[in-house]
Amino acid sequence: MSAAHAELPFWKRHLFSTDHKVIARQYMLTGALMAIVGGLFAAAFRHTLAWPGESVPGFGVLGPDRYNTMVTLHGTIMVFWVAMPVLVAGFGNFLIPLMVGAEDMAFPRLNMLSYWVFFLSTAVLVASLFVTGGGSGVGWTTYPPLSTSARFGAGLGVDLWILAVALEFVAFLMGGINFITTAINKRAPGMGLWDMPLFVWEEIVASVVFMLSVGPLVAGAVMLLFDRNLGTGFYDPAAGGDPLLFQHLFWFFGHPEVYVLLLPALGILAEVLCALSRKALFGYRVVVWSTLVAGVLSFVVWAHHQFISGIDPRLASPFSLTTILISVPFSITIFAFLATLWKGSIRLELPMLFAVAMLAEFLLGGVTGIVNGSAAADIYIHDTYFVVAHFHYTLFPIVVLAPFAGVYYWFPKMTGRELHRGLGYAHLALTVVFFNLTFLPMFSLGMMGHHRRIANPSMFEHLRAGQHLQVLATVGAIGLLVATVPFVVNVFWSALRGRQAERNPWRATTLEWDTASPPPHGNFDAPPVVSRGPYVYSPDGAGEDFVPQGAPDTSQERAVPAVAMAEAVAP
Amino acid sequence: MLEDLPVAAGSFARTIDQHMRLIYWICGVWFVAAQGVLFYFLWRFRQRPGVRAAWLPAEGRRELAWIFAPVLLVLVCDLVIEFDSARVWAAVKEHAPEASLEVGVHASQFAWEYQYPGPDGRLDTADDFRARQLHVPVGRVVSLRLESRDVLHSIFVPQLRLKQDIVPGRQLRSWFEATREGTWPVVCAELCGVGHTFMQSTMVAEAADTYDRWAAAQAAGGAR
Repeated sequence: MSAAHAELPFWKRHLFSTDHKVIARQYMLTGALMAIVGGLFAAAFRHTLAWPGESVPGFGVLGPDRYNTMVTLHGTIMVFWVAMPVLVAGFGNFLIPLMVGAEDMAFPRLNMLSYWVFFLSTAVLVASLFVTGGGSGVGWTTYPPLSTSARFGAGLGVDLWILAVALEFVAFLMGGINFITTAINKRAPGMGLWDMPLFVWEEIVASVVFMLSVGPLVAGAVMLLFDRNLGTGFYDPAAGGDPLLFQHLFWFFGHPEVYVLLLPALGILAEVLCALSRKALFGYRVVVWSTLVAGVLSFVVWAHHQFISGIDPRLASPFSLTTILISVPFSITIFAFLATLWKGSIRLELPMLFAVAMLAEFLLGGVTGIVNGSAAADIYIHDTYFVVAHFHYTLFPIVVLAPFAGVYYWFPKMTGRELHRGLGYAHLALTVVFFNLTFLPMFSLGMMGHHRRIANPSMFEHLRAGQHLQVLATVGAIGLLVATVPFVVNVFWSALRGRQAERNPWRATTLEWDTASPPPHGNFDAPPVVSRGPYVYSPDGAGEDFVPQGAPDTSQERAVPAVAMAEAVAP
Repeated sequence: MLEDLPVAAGSFARTIDQHMRLIYWICGVWFVAAQGVLFYFLWRFRQRPGVRAAWLPAEGRRELAWIFAPVLLVLVCDLVIEFDSARVWAAVKEHAPEASLEVGVHASQFAWEYQYPGPDGRLDTADDFRARQLHVPVGRVVSLRLESRDVLHSIFVPQLRLKQDIVPGRQLRSWFEATREGTWPVVCAELCGVGHTFMQSTMVAEAADTYDRWAAAQAAGGAR
């Protein structure tokens, strides 16, 4: 199979490939490139916040209009053009077929189409920056009426922005269909649903949540385009419409989207924690169930973004309750992860260190989420820097630290080579230090009553006392960009010159480690047969401290996973 | 962090602060405990020669109790916070007290304007007057009638812990009672366009008799 593959012309192997591993690489590289763009935008507007009116190197002076564009595009890019392609599409594409023992995705051509639609959406988004009037500056939430009319300052950039996001959704819908079908239909013989690695579960639930939530937003975006270009009045009060309608449609998608990103990150964490603490995942089934419950609950929390938006105040407390309750399934997952470390034999390798950093930082994001989730506290906190600090303490661990843990963990499998350790430690230390330097000050700024999205804090007398915190945060943001340099160097240097990696350097159990590094086209030399659950680490008795999922059944360590399999098969 | 809060100058500011203090302590304890457990485990169960990890898939009830016991505690804390939140929310946003002064707030790109009822005490009558500063008497309940003529805005006075979005096409209401004299910023907390960063005015909370004099002078001079 791989011989036949080698005969394909270059462009079929590397550009228009249907191989899930190549598509994963395309998604990841595009996402990484966009991450640099989004990061530069952030550094640019942070520079303006720290030193208002001064020229930003490479950008010039950012007036309020370009400031708004930078902020809007930073949010849009980081969520839709970094988190989605890297976390969901990149890792999902690379790992799902390998983890379930399939030779490729269920629909390889659809998969290729998915990437190229995504690529097109990226091109449209980038183009939107160069049209007359510049890129969209109406916020990543694109609330009407600000976003509906050129009269309020929204030009062609907004149309292209909406088009790009819609195209991007089309790409990930096709990806999601593939993920779900592959995991359901293409599992290796012997692998029941309850034998799937947690990462696969998390990707499935994330895909389902995405597919169920995105419809209303697409409808909302189409109405927005109609309002802008065809003279309809869905959101125009003068024509009998209502601006709040869009907020509901947006957040009905927008909040589940947070979990679409969180779940794959938790999946990456589970794989790393188990392999590098030599422990079975504590309460695997309970974690899966709590993920499903969180997926359902994620559909009834959206209005917590709208407590003070003008919705009926009697709606606030019910949504506050559901929001605070969603901490329960996620507490279960986090406690299960902590319990997995209990009585482990923990290897503090780079993937583990990044996973620990992710957990430690995410905890702060989690507990500060309770402040936002409370309708009463939200009256004060809403639209202040406290919210900015909170969601970066959730999203940075999810979108940056967890994928880094994943890259350090699976890089040997992806490339057949090892990453350089020294550069890895430098990357970790710089990232953690500068991340906290950037966002810890924002909690204080928020508490001071510093409102978001203003281009020039020096215009407000009551904010002057916090200006030194703005400077600290900006130094942190620039430092975060610098912290990425060792990583980029490491990836390119190691991919070409790194030490040759073994098939299974972490001595891990899941199927992706049961093939060559990198896996050939078609993935496995012989189709794997699964005879146990995903995390048989340190079973009782002497011998190896792990039993791969694909190792032949010699039955002694079998009891629990066998039961699991029988139940999964039973009606 | 809580010490960064600006001075509490409105009747429900302290109520909201106390609610945030409750969350701060409950979540703070959980945060420290969870970090403690995480780093203790990392140190206690670090790789050591000759020590093998335990086989603990934890599918049984007894092991899972180690997860569900703390989760139950989380749930209890959640409900404590939620009940307090619902109480404070209802007091601030659902049950507005009887107001002795009603002010119309007109938000537009990118300015605030305030409409006062004039001597007859009613808005939208001939003796109304308009102002660029929000003057209010200390110790009297003020009701705000919020209107926007273009896009979304949001009125935010940090010292009052007052925030409410303003939606074109709707008349939303908000209220407060200033409890101390002072001059506070009124800013827009919702992105409203290129001039969002310029959109501010001030609120002057003054003794009732000072306010009455100001209002009388304004009504006499500026009635339209």
